[in-house]
Amino acid sequence: MQPIITIKGINKTYTSGFQALKDINLEIRRGEIFALLGPNGAGKTTLISLICGIVTPSSGTVHVAGHDIVSDYRAARSTIGLVPQEVATAAFETVAATMQFSRGLFGKPRNPAYIEAVLRELSLWDKRHAKIVTLSGGMKRRLMIAKALSHEPQILFLDEPTAGVDVELRRDMWAMVRRLRDSGVTIILTTHYIEEAEEMADRIGVINQGRIIVIEDKAVLMNKLGKKQLALTLQNPLRRLPDELAGHRLELSADGNEIVYTFDSQAEHTGIPELLRQLGKHGIDFKDLHSSQSSLEEIFVNLVRHRP
Amino acid sequence: MNLYAIRAIYIFEMARTWRTLMESIASPILSTSLYFVVFGTAIGSRIGAIDGISYGAFIIPGLLMLSLLSESISNASFGIYFPKFTGTIYEVLSAPISPVEIILGYVGAAASKSLVIGVLILATARLFVDYEIAHPLWMIGFLLLTAVTFSLFGFVIGIWADDFQKLQIIPMLVITPLTFLGGAFYSIDMLPEPWRTMTLFNPVVYLISGFRWSFYGVADVSIAVSLGMTLVFMALCVATIAWIFRTGYRLKT
Repeated sequence: MQPIITIKGINKTYTSGFQALKDINLEIRRGEIFALLGPNGAGKTTLISLICGIVTPSSGTVHVAGHDIVSDYRAARSTIGLVPQEVATAAFETVAATMQFSRGLFGKPRNPAYIEAVLRELSLWDKRHAKIVTLSGGMKRRLMIAKALSHEPQILFLDEPTAGVDVELRRDMWAMVRRLRDSGVTIILTTHYIEEAEEMADRIGVINQGRIIVIEDKAVLMNKLGKKQLALTLQNPLRRLPDELAGHRLELSADGNEIVYTFDSQAEHTGIPELLRQLGKHGIDFKDLHSSQSSLEEIFVNLVRHRP
Repeated sequence: MNLYAIRAIYIFEMARTWRTLMESIASPILSTSLYFVVFGTAIGSRIGAIDGISYGAFIIPGLLMLSLLSESISNASFGIYFPKFTGTIYEVLSAPISPVEIILGYVGAAASKSLVIGVLILATARLFVDYEIAHPLWMIGFLLLTAVTFSLFGFVIGIWADDFQKLQIIPMLVITPLTFLGGAFYSIDMLPEPWRTMTLFNPVVYLISGFRWSFYGVADVSIAVSLGMTLVFMALCVATIAWIFRTGYRLKT
């Protein structure tokens, strides 16, 4: 299927000489949730702003829904809704007026029924006559999303949508983003909360110091880079591991009650049956065992640390 | 042409005017009325006629210009500066709008507001002084041209300003002195040389002179020069704005 966004060879160097983006090549598939993951200052917001027309590229091209973002900016931008990281609203306007403003900016005639549906979806309908300044922080964040959706975009950019948001609102937002995706909207979100990417994304791109270092399906990424561990809780504490077991990737806990075995989940032989045989041979009994896979957070930390 | 966008910006900007009705409209009218009371009625009655026009009537075009210039500049500069300050400018920059459409929305609204104020001041002046308008179409033309030109200039200031102080500095330190020295309260023929020649470097002289001609048929400089100078200043503002959008100066990074 034709990608909805195609980014080719994008570079961005600011007048200060700081190179914020380095040779970015990326394709976003129609209808997916793509999470752009990276530490603070990695270039996530610059990349989003560049696609939306707020930052001018130094070189390279971006096509959105088949339209070049520079030469055919009208068609490209009409397909995009942007929710920036900072909550920025016209404080003294009413919710209804600001929604109408946003829709008008994107060249759409009035559609009260659609605006009502968006405001209801985001639990803002009761506040439609309220001035924005009177809304709570959570409501303002939802209003930013409502404004971005006011012109029925095909693509929604969410720049750090849940930064500084409480757990309940975060869950609500995730649910809302999924509903949007189900309705056919392509979603690109940036986050430095790994949990968010792990929870939401179909695919993940990791960006660090202006360079995309990984683009992968979430499941594949976790499989490829994830380590699996088997933890065995021992019947009797051990002082040290028998020498014969030194060849295995084993660790004994400080109190001697637990052995942790690290293995590659993709390998043909995990080595677990052999390990269990060895343990039995040495009379090491265990009363419990559980396996775990490394989280996206660990994968991410490893990636960013090892590829400067 | 994205007409919906122009309309959205225009309505948004005008809504701000109605929200702040007292300071937007009442305050310029009040301050101009005070000028009429002090210069027109109180002191003016002791000053002789200039070019056959009573002093009270003579100062009307100048006072109107004073308000029109400062209102156009402050409306347009605030209109574009405020979204930059609050961060809401992201929406305009990411919308499918051309620079011309942005200008039509912001400058159109600022100029409309100035025109409303201009007409109200003219009506208020009627309460204090008797005056006639010799060339009403020219008067409307000058009013419109000045409102648009100085709203364009205000837009440039609003883009340039990166704090509230800069927003005030040009109107306070440049425009007000130029207007006071531009023949708002006197005919430049009353000045001795070299001040008279120096005054001709003040662009506001041409605005006031042309505007006064449309009222009373008398002018310090010819009407063609007045019109020409106003159009030159307008062209300069348009060229500067074109450069701003081409380079993204203080709008885009």
